[in-house]
Amino acid sequence: MDSLTPLPQDVAGDDAAPPVKIALRNVYKVFGDHSDDALRMVRAGRDKADIQAETGCTVGVDDASFEIRAGEIFVIMGLSGSGKSTLLRLINRLIEPSSGAILIDGQDITKMSRRELTAVRRSTMGMVFQSFALLPNRTVLDNAAFGLEVAGMAPAERHAKARAALEAVGLGAYVDSRPDQLSGGMKQRVGLARALAGEPSVLLMDEAFSALDPLIRTEMQDELIRLQAERSRTVVFVSHDLDEAMRIGDRIAIMQHGRVVQVGTPDEIVMSPANDYVRSFFRNVDVSHVFRAGDIARETQVTLIERRGMAIPAALERMRRHDRDVAIVVGRDKTYHGMVSVDSLAEAARRAEPDPYHRALLPGVEPIAAADTLSEVMGRVAESPHPLPVVDEDRRYVGSISKTALLQTLDRSGN
Amino acid sequence: MQDLDLGIGEGADAVVTFVLDHFTPALDIIAAAIGFVTGGIRDALVALPAPAAIAIIVLLALWRVGWKFAVFAVAALLLITGMGLWERMMETLSLVLAATAIAMVVGIPLGIAMARSNVVQAVARPVLDLMQTMPAFVYLIPAAMFFGLGAVPGTIATVIFAMPPVVRLTNLGIRQVHHEFIEAGEAFGCTPVQLLMKVQIPNALPSIMAGVNQTIMLSLSMVVIASMIGAGGLGNTVLTGIQRLDVGTGFEGGLAVVVLAVLLDRITQSFSAPRQGFLLKRLFGAAAAQKNEAPSGALVAPKA
Repeated sequence: MDSLTPLPQDVAGDDAAPPVKIALRNVYKVFGDHSDDALRMVRAGRDKADIQAETGCTVGVDDASFEIRAGEIFVIMGLSGSGKSTLLRLINRLIEPSSGAILIDGQDITKMSRRELTAVRRSTMGMVFQSFALLPNRTVLDNAAFGLEVAGMAPAERHAKARAALEAVGLGAYVDSRPDQLSGGMKQRVGLARALAGEPSVLLMDEAFSALDPLIRTEMQDELIRLQAERSRTVVFVSHDLDEAMRIGDRIAIMQHGRVVQVGTPDEIVMSPANDYVRSFFRNVDVSHVFRAGDIARETQVTLIERRGMAIPAALERMRRHDRDVAIVVGRDKTYHGMVSVDSLAEAARRAEPDPYHRALLPGVEPIAAADTLSEVMGRVAESPHPLPVVDEDRRYVGSISKTALLQTLDRSGN
Repeated sequence: MQDLDLGIGEGADAVVTFVLDHFTPALDIIAAAIGFVTGGIRDALVALPAPAAIAIIVLLALWRVGWKFAVFAVAALLLITGMGLWERMMETLSLVLAATAIAMVVGIPLGIAMARSNVVQAVARPVLDLMQTMPAFVYLIPAAMFFGLGAVPGTIATVIFAMPPVVRLTNLGIRQVHHEFIEAGEAFGCTPVQLLMKVQIPNALPSIMAGVNQTIMLSLSMVVIASMIGAGGLGNTVLTGIQRLDVGTGFEGGLAVVVLAVLLDRITQSFSAPRQGFLLKRLFGAAAAQKNEAPSGALVAPKA
């Protein structure tokens, strides 16, 4: 951990945060006949196995409190049986919470009447299911129009909207097909179109891509991100797959035995896992896909600021003092100019050329973009004789990556 | 040695007498309503000229089952006409249809109620068992006492015997609708009625149709017995054969029942397990396909 602490502050941070879309406050769900007794025991912090033995009740969700912001892709992650699907179903009350408040746009849906709840489900929430749940007796078009149909929309209008939603997911040519004529990936596109047809502001996705093979899954993730970006929807995505969670999630909530043990950005969770359970997720994860170059770049190299009248001997002295063979040349605004070595600087000084830094820049040193993942840059770092500079999108120098730092990072995933 | 007697027989006797003494007007209304349904269907079927009826049945066979079965239907129906049993067969068919219609009108809602409530299921189950296992003659007698002789008590006795499968299979079909379909329906804002009409019943339809098929087959076996209280139809032919020890007449009546049973079974079964005759499929094309295609991979209930 310590070797990696100097990290740039989370850029997606708290400044100008979008409004809270969904808020859960102390939400509990206990399954069983004596849930009141069990609930009291959960609150008293009793062990779940004890509660099960004494009351026959199982604890689904134990004191969940978090907020989901508008336009965010929020992933709920955990092993099977950790309560993540239950938690998702509490948000649209497919499962009734035992206690607590669930606010959507500030309205507590746990206090709503059946009629109000139905109205909210129709107007603001779409859901996508793991095994698609397409009605087999309906055409693709009528499946996509299902939510609009039950909301009482006229056939012409709902079919137009459903058709548009199907075209958005690339299934415009299949409107008259039956679900059983489609492949798994296509079925889930219909599921997505059905959820999007009503233009909900919240999309609930229950292991939506888990039943798909890996290639299709990645494709669908990209599709989701594209659709989400077009109209900023709030997506709550349940997954047991950390890779998926890291790939699409703006923030991730990790569940263990019904408790939300950690909520944070993918980086926060990888960098500082709350407990061993969270850490255990990374054991099998290839962090080279998770970390980006900017995450592990460190300002350990000597930087030389290029300015008029700067003498070379001072630069050489600084490099010698820091025991470095190379140094990074930056502008006053920290824009990256290039890399120099002791040899190239000495050579430039010997020839007494004007504009010495510029002359001394090592050829062929192409900086790494901070947004690149480690897997993308691994080869270049390994081949380079010296640490490679990393720049952000404005070509500002953010640090450099040495072979040692890279190896240390990759090694962390194994412990 | 004194036998223990709980007086159950006397109790049943007293109930029948009580009903007869106090509910005669109500019984008359029921009898009139059932008589209206049975009589209407019977009059319509008997009035239909035989060639027209044969054409309808054969086309149905061709459309739903296939050309081989259509050929069989032609031969079978000509055989019945040749035995001079056409009119009796139509009477029997009308009884079967009336009993099935009543069984569906009562049984499908009951099955739905059972699927939605464990209490209703717990109460209805033993009643259905009773209806299926009680020997038919036991309620044939009070039925005749309540409603007189003729088609009406025959229909009622048939309904009692034939209704359980459609109730059970409706219940089963709705309970077996995949949980995710229900969740999807609810998540997209279905009201309970919408959930039933748009999700549960369409998905339970193959099972419900299998129940209807079983109900039709049981009705057919019951109408023969019901002819003992004057229900008429092919049962009369069989009964005449038995009473006169006339093997030939009895055999002809029995053969006609079998033929009708095969026709009804194959045609109604085709509605629970979708399959089409290839000839008419081409003629009607996609329109017919869309109207009649039931979900594939859906439950097809085992025969009761």
